[in-house]
Amino acid sequence: MNRFLLPLGIFIVLVAFLAIGLNLNPREVPSPLIGKPAPAFVLPQLHQPEARFAPKDLQGKVWLLNVWASWCVSCRQEHPILVELAKRNIVPIYGLNYKDPREDALRWLKQFGDPYVLSIADVEGRVGIDYGVYGVPETYLIDKAGVIRFKQIGPVTQDVLEKTILPLVKELQQ
Amino acid sequence: MTARLLFVFCLLSSALGPLNAREAAPTAADVAVERRMVAISEELRCLVCQNESLAGSQADLAKDLRREIREQIQAGRSDQEILDFMVGRYGDFVRYRPPLKGATLLLWFGPFLLLIAGLAGLLMFLRRRARRVAEATLSAEERKKAEELLGIGDRGNGP
Repeated sequence: MNRFLLPLGIFIVLVAFLAIGLNLNPREVPSPLIGKPAPAFVLPQLHQPEARFAPKDLQGKVWLLNVWASWCVSCRQEHPILVELAKRNIVPIYGLNYKDPREDALRWLKQFGDPYVLSIADVEGRVGIDYGVYGVPETYLIDKAGVIRFKQIGPVTQDVLEKTILPLVKELQQ
Repeated sequence: MTARLLFVFCLLSSALGPLNAREAAPTAADVAVERRMVAISEELRCLVCQNESLAGSQADLAKDLRREIREQIQAGRSDQEILDFMVGRYGDFVRYRPPLKGATLLLWFGPFLLLIAGLAGLLMFLRRRARRVAEATLSAEERKKAEELLGIGDRGNGP
């Protein structure tokens, strides 16, 4: 009996490690930007290209920066959730339109609804690089001091919104 | 007839060939930049298709990041500065050779730990077995029985 105990123990440890490993999502790479100031930029707005937007305009506010594109399939999946969230007036959502021709982006918003206070056009994807974007959609929660507090990689789900993002927003708004 | 057509076709395609070429021939300075860019991007992982290096990936992001590296080389940044730029945005995961630090200790030394544990286990097993073999001496009665079975001791039963 005793001589089976050690192999069994090793086996159980191995199974535990494999189970954890298999349940991790390899696409979710922890961002080094969490807890750091949101990178500065100045970009034209999508609807009014003459007008500019910079993150420092929102100092003192808690806000969401949602990276989206008309060519991004998962963006359609999360879009209704963002539209609903915008109606609740809890936290302003700003859109970073990533590597998208302007007409396509505008048509997409017309078709699916526009939850954004405004969208910024990052046609070349340079701001995306500064924010470490690698899989659209991505959503950043930025606090009053302009520090990134949370990053959602991939679509925002109802679950993540209710259990993680909104409680954090409430905490940061105080 | 066919031969003449073929000739015309060859002539046409050789004339049109250069028109179809997309990328401009690199100048001497570009070759050096390009070589450095490739060397750096081979050290980096493409986050879109994670088992490909930035050098080999055709993902849009990889192209953008190669452009970024190229521009930074032209701006006179060092290789280390460019690597730091990437790690600052995408984390240690972008490097195929992650730095040695607290969080990556297990990654670097885990395999050696497993090797040592395996060797220790093997050594223990071999020692235990050696002891068991040494202990296995036969009593006089057992020896007699073994000899009987082997047909050595008792000649009468031998073939």
